[in-house]
Amino acid sequence: MEQYVIEMEHITKEFGSFKANDDITLKLKKGEIHALLGENGAGKSTLMSVLFGLYQPEQGTIRMNGKPVTINNPNDANALGIGMVHQHFKLVHNFTVLESIVLGHESVKHRFLKMDEARKKVVELSERYKFKIDPDALISDITVGMQQRVEILKMLYCDNDVLIFDEPTAVLTPQEIDELMKVMKQLVSEGKSILFITHKLAEIKAVADRCTVLRKGRCIGTIDVAGASKEEMSEMMVGRKVDFVVEKKEMKPLGTALSVRDMTIRSKRTGKNVVDHVSFEVKKGEIVCIAGIDGNGQSELVYGITGLMGIDEGQVFLNGKDITKESIRRKCLDGVAHIPEDRHKHGMVLDYTLKENLILQNYYTPQFDKHGFLRFDEIDKYAEKLIERYDIRSAHGAESIARGMSGGNQQKAVIARELDRNPEIVIAVQPVRGLDVGAIEYIHRQIIAQRDAGKAVLLVSFELDEVMNVSDRILVMYEGKIVADVKPEDVTIQELGLYMAGTGKGDAAC
Amino acid sequence: MNIIYFLIQQTMFFSIPLLIVALGGMFSERSGVINIALEGIMVMGAFISIGFINVFQDRLSGQGLFLLAFLVAAVAGALFSLLHAFASVNLKADQTISGTALNMFAPAFALFMARMVQGKSQVPFTDTFHIEKVPVLGDIPVIGPMFFQNCYLSTYIGILIFIAASVLISRTRFGLRLRACGEHPQAADSVGINVYKIRYAGVLISGVLAGVGGLIFVIPTSTNFNASVAGYGFLALAVLIFGQWRTKGILGAAFFFGILKTLASAYSGIPVIKDLPIPNEIYKMLPYVVTLIVLAFSSGKSKAPKAEGIPYDKGSR
Repeated sequence: MEQYVIEMEHITKEFGSFKANDDITLKLKKGEIHALLGENGAGKSTLMSVLFGLYQPEQGTIRMNGKPVTINNPNDANALGIGMVHQHFKLVHNFTVLESIVLGHESVKHRFLKMDEARKKVVELSERYKFKIDPDALISDITVGMQQRVEILKMLYCDNDVLIFDEPTAVLTPQEIDELMKVMKQLVSEGKSILFITHKLAEIKAVADRCTVLRKGRCIGTIDVAGASKEEMSEMMVGRKVDFVVEKKEMKPLGTALSVRDMTIRSKRTGKNVVDHVSFEVKKGEIVCIAGIDGNGQSELVYGITGLMGIDEGQVFLNGKDITKESIRRKCLDGVAHIPEDRHKHGMVLDYTLKENLILQNYYTPQFDKHGFLRFDEIDKYAEKLIERYDIRSAHGAESIARGMSGGNQQKAVIARELDRNPEIVIAVQPVRGLDVGAIEYIHRQIIAQRDAGKAVLLVSFELDEVMNVSDRILVMYEGKIVADVKPEDVTIQELGLYMAGTGKGDAAC
Repeated sequence: MNIIYFLIQQTMFFSIPLLIVALGGMFSERSGVINIALEGIMVMGAFISIGFINVFQDRLSGQGLFLLAFLVAAVAGALFSLLHAFASVNLKADQTISGTALNMFAPAFALFMARMVQGKSQVPFTDTFHIEKVPVLGDIPVIGPMFFQNCYLSTYIGILIFIAASVLISRTRFGLRLRACGEHPQAADSVGINVYKIRYAGVLISGVLAGVGGLIFVIPTSTNFNASVAGYGFLALAVLIFGQWRTKGILGAAFFFGILKTLASAYSGIPVIKDLPIPNEIYKMLPYVVTLIVLAFSSGKSKAPKAEGIPYDKGSR
C-alpha cells in the first residue's frame, strides 16, 4: 500500500456552465516531485486553487494522509502544511527579506514584533539550502531568483510539508533553474512533497518522479516520468503531435532595415544608463533575437526604438531614414510594428471590443473614417477578415470585449493588427509569454512568415528555447550593453546562460 | 526673547493638529485607502466635541472636560470615517469621490445642525483649558517658557500620539500587516491576512485622529466653532505627502508648516519682519504658496503606498 500525502479524487469545479476541472484525480506520494503538466487553460491553476482553498469544488474529495479534509481558505491550507510559490511573487517591494518571510506568521512579545528568533530560523534555513540570502536586504533590491528563494523560505518558515511550485522557472536563468532543481531535490530528500506546475517538458524530465497531464479540464493520465519520452508527454498535453523544432528555410538577408546607433537611455530614478551605447542592425529577411534576463535594458531599448520612451543619445534609422525623433504614429506609418511586452498596457484597450482593438492603429485612415465619423460597416468587414485569417477565437466574435478573451487570443489580435499593416520591421517582445504550445507554434510560424516575406524582425525573449529555435542571430543584453552577437548554431544554451549572467567570454563580446 | 517664546508656543498650536491629522492620514493611506476626507472628519470631530463642551461647560470645566471632549471628538471622527471605509472597502467606490462627499457633507451638516439647535451657526465655547504654566516644569529656564507655559494639554497628548503612532506602524504585528496591505494586498491576502479588516482599521484610526485634530485645532485658535477648520485637513494631506508617508517625515513637515502658519498669523508681532517693506498679504499667502511649491517638487520622487486608492478585490489577480 503506497502512502499518499494528498489525494484529490474526482474533483469537479464549474464556473457557470464551463467545467474548469472535470473529474480530476491527483495523488501525491510522500517525498516525490509530482509534475502537473498542461497547456494554459487546461485547469492546472484551478486545481491548485482548489487545493489551496481559493475555490470550493462542486464535487470530489480531498484527503490528507488518508483523512478527509476540507480546505475553505488559504489559512486552512497553511494549517495543514500546504504552501505555494505563486507564479507572480507575493512580495512587498519595500519590505526586507525578513519582514516578507514573517508576514502573517509574526511572533510577538508584549505586543511588539519579535524578530530575533525569526532571524535565526531564516538564517539557518538559508544556510541549509545554500540560499546566500541577506535577511535585511530590501525585496526591490534583490534579483528575481533571490525573490523566489524568499518565497521558498516563506513556505519553509511555516514548516509546510506539501509545496506547490506554480511555473517557478519562467523568470529564471538556466543557472538559476539548475539551482532551483537542486533545492527541490534536497527538499524531497528531507521528506517534503512537491507539486510542480509547468509546461516545460525538459524540466519535468530533469526532476519529476511522476507527472499528471491535464487537457481542457480533464485528467489525461498520470505517468512515470522515467518511462516516458518528451514526445509522448507533449502529445498527451496537446492531443496531437507537436513539432519542437520550428521549420525554417535558409535565411536570405537583403539590405539593412533597422539600424540603431549608439543608443543610450538613462534611468530617471537612478541616473544609470539602462541602455548603454547600444548599436546593432537588423537586415531585411532576418530575425534578430535579443536574449537576456528580464530587466537588463531590453524593455527600455524597445521603448526607445518604438518611441514609448525618449532616448538620451543615439539614433534610430529605418531603411536609411532617421526616425529617432518621430512621433509614434509617424513611426507606425513608416512601417514599425510593435508587439509589446505588456499586451494589457501597451497592446490593447481591454474595455474595447475586439473590432475596436483591431483598428486602433488605423481608425483615422479613409478606409475607416469619413468626415470624422467612423465607418462601422467597413470596420466590421475588416475585423471579420482578420478574425478569420488569424484564427482569433472569442465568445462574441468581433463584438467581444477584449478583457474577457483568453491571453492567447488577445495576443493573436495584437499580432493580427500589427502584421496586417504590412510593416517594414516587426518588433516583438516576449510574444509567446503565458501562451500554450499550440498558440506558441502558431505565433512563431507567423513571425517566420514575416521574415520569409523579406521583413525584418526584432524579437526580445527571455526564453532560451525560443531564442535558439526562432532566431537567425542572437544579441545578448546584460546591464544595458550588448555583450554577445552570435549565431544560434555556434552557441549552446549553457554558453548563452553565461553571457546572460554577465560572465561570458570576452572574445565574443562586441 | 519673549517673542521667540511666543512664536514657539504659537507654532505648537498650529503644528500639533497638523501632526495628528497627518498621522491619521498615514494609517489610512498606508493600509491602501486614500483619505482626502480628513478635512470633513476634522469638521465633524470639532463640531460634535465643541457642541459637547458647549452643552456641558456649565457643569464641568478645565482639563477634565477637555479630556472628555477628546473622547467625544475621537468617537465622532471614527463613526464618520466609517462611511468612508464602507464606501471604499465594501462598495469598492472611488475613494477620492467618497472623500469629497464627506468633505462636502460635514460643514453642511454642522451649519444645519447648529442653526436648528441654537439658531445661529457659530458654536461658542469658554476656553477653560488654557494652561498658564505647568507646575515645576514651567519654571525651568528657557525650556520652561518655550514648552511649558501658555500651552494646552493637547500639545503633550499630540506628542504621545506621535510616539505611539511611530511604534504602532513600525514595531507591531498590526503595523507590519497594515503596511503590507497598502503596498501589495494580494501578498497580504496570500498569507491569510484579512485585507478588508486591516483597511477598516486604518481608516478608523485616521477618523479618530482627524476628529481629535479638529478639536485641538479650534480650541487654541478661536472662541467659537463656525463649521470650518480653515483647510487644515487639506494642509494635513500636504504634510502627509511632503513627509513621504513616514512618521519622521510627517513630524518634520508638520512643524515646517506650523512655523509658516505662525509667521502668517503673527508677522506683525515680530519687529524685524514687521519693518520689512513687504505687504501683509505675502505672509498670509505663505503657507499655501509654499504648500504648492513643496508638493510640486516633492511629489516626483513619491514613496506613496503602491496599492493606495485601488479597491482590493479578492478575485482579481
